[in-house]
Amino acid sequence: MVHAPTRPSRSEAPATQAVRRAGGRRRRSEDLTKLLFVLPAAIAMLALFGYPVVKNLVMSLQDYGLRTFFTGAAPFVGLDNYVTVVTDRLFSKALVNTALFTIGSIAFQFAIGLGLALFFRRKFPLSSLLRSLLLLPWLLPLIVSSATWRSILEQDNGILNRSLAGLGIINEPVPWLNSPSVALIAVIGVNIWIGIPFNVTLLYSGLSEIPDELYEAGSLDGATGWKAFLHITMPNLRAVAGVVLVLGVVYTIKVLDIILGLTGGGPANATQTLATQSYERSFVDFKFGEGAALSNILIVLSLLFAIVYLRGTRRAVDE
Amino acid sequence: MPDSTLRRGVFTAIGVLILCVMLFPVYWMINASLQPSGNTLTAGFLPLDPTFAGYRRALSEQGQNLVTSMIIALGTVVLSLLVSAPCAYALSQFRSRWVGAGLLAILVSQMIPGIVIANALYTAYENLGLLNSVPGLIVANCSSGIPFAILILRSFLQSLPASLVEAARVDGAGLVRAFVSIVLPISKNSLITAGLFTFLFSWSDFLFALTLTTKGDVRPVTLGIYQYLGTQVQNWNAVMATAVLSAIPAIVLLIAAQKYIAAGAIGGAVK
Repeated sequence: MVHAPTRPSRSEAPATQAVRRAGGRRRRSEDLTKLLFVLPAAIAMLALFGYPVVKNLVMSLQDYGLRTFFTGAAPFVGLDNYVTVVTDRLFSKALVNTALFTIGSIAFQFAIGLGLALFFRRKFPLSSLLRSLLLLPWLLPLIVSSATWRSILEQDNGILNRSLAGLGIINEPVPWLNSPSVALIAVIGVNIWIGIPFNVTLLYSGLSEIPDELYEAGSLDGATGWKAFLHITMPNLRAVAGVVLVLGVVYTIKVLDIILGLTGGGPANATQTLATQSYERSFVDFKFGEGAALSNILIVLSLLFAIVYLRGTRRAVDE
Repeated sequence: MPDSTLRRGVFTAIGVLILCVMLFPVYWMINASLQPSGNTLTAGFLPLDPTFAGYRRALSEQGQNLVTSMIIALGTVVLSLLVSAPCAYALSQFRSRWVGAGLLAILVSQMIPGIVIANALYTAYENLGLLNSVPGLIVANCSSGIPFAILILRSFLQSLPASLVEAARVDGAGLVRAFVSIVLPISKNSLITAGLFTFLFSWSDFLFALTLTTKGDVRPVTLGIYQYLGTQVQNWNAVMATAVLSAIPAIVLLIAAQKYIAAGAIGGAVK
């Protein structure tokens, strides 16, 4: 109360006004404090996400290459970078691979994850311990998983080929990571393994939230087994399943570590995706303009999917 | 009922089997790390003749990288929590039309590929002299730590009764003091959970290590493994030993965080 009235107050009015003014001042200073609570995070988000997005947009319109780092010159080239990357002979391949990788990974992760989540909903001893240990593949550094799977999938002495041969399933060792025709399948397989725990965890928590009464009421109407799954589990799981799928696609479409660790995009570019292409253009060829253009295409695809999906679910909910 | 006991036993057996299949690669990593040097891929299913040669080699060649990863991960945890905790509190308790916008920004940020961040940070770090530096990698890793920590902490703080802080405010505590002396101690478990996960994100980081370092002087262990994969595949035991050492934080977290996630719901402090 710095500005408390000095003259004797004839009535109470000025005093209350002063109190109100002081209150306003305190509120203003508190607003400032509140701002300070958010400011560091806001700056961090702007620096770590806002700036990169803007910088990528600008770079994608520039001839931003190795020369730029020496001369500082990055001439504006309009949409040249986009034309270059889209007309590249690898673009359609990378696009198809990205789609196959994303769809293949998500479909199997989700199906297996849902199956396991349903299984773990049955009450049995050690159920929750086993379920939490199942998280391990998801928590491992991706490069650790890549290294491990490379040793398992190794063509001549890897344990997978040795086991399959020992069981008489294959005669010739399968070149899992060395043949253009199977490498993408192997990479998708590894990514499915990594993603299963995430799907199980989220779907399990979704299943736990479906009230038991629904199943009890359903069983009175004869809805058990498959029928209960179709008419009770699926509709009630829709929201959680949506979150799992959207997050899954958004995370999978930009996967880079696993592919770099397993195949580096090879053999013969069989496992190149938009993300690995973008990495190569920027950090192997030092053509940052082209790399930025590709990664912007990746963001747009990711956003488009999220919007289309959210639209679709909203319509489904409205109906 | 013996019948139902039997059924439940069968389920447990199936569950153990599923776990064995899912965790086989982890077992194989450990098994391969204990094999004698040379092309250890011919290893049997059990390390009947275990040797620590792989670990000796891993520690001598990758020991420094493990320390680098540890420093970077700890730095990321400290910076992420310092930035995230006040923001999470604000997003959960302050009434403002900006709250929705802030949350949306955090969600949208999850769609931005790491390569976009790496592209921009590389050019910025080049000018700032932050390439090949521990602080540079700490800041970059905060891009995964901060949004996640904000979301985790906010979801906990939302269940925090406003009356707790109001009581302190009536006693004359300012917003900052109330936050430090009441909100933070109550949030201990969720801070630990957020911190453990942030540690793991940063420890696992490969993309920023790969793109934001150009020389060998600062080299996180993930990058060390990647370079092993390029050059050392004749020494699988050392590669796998490094992989096992890099997997330890994940295994510890799996055991430790179980407790903290369970305790994440508001503890005895209020009740």
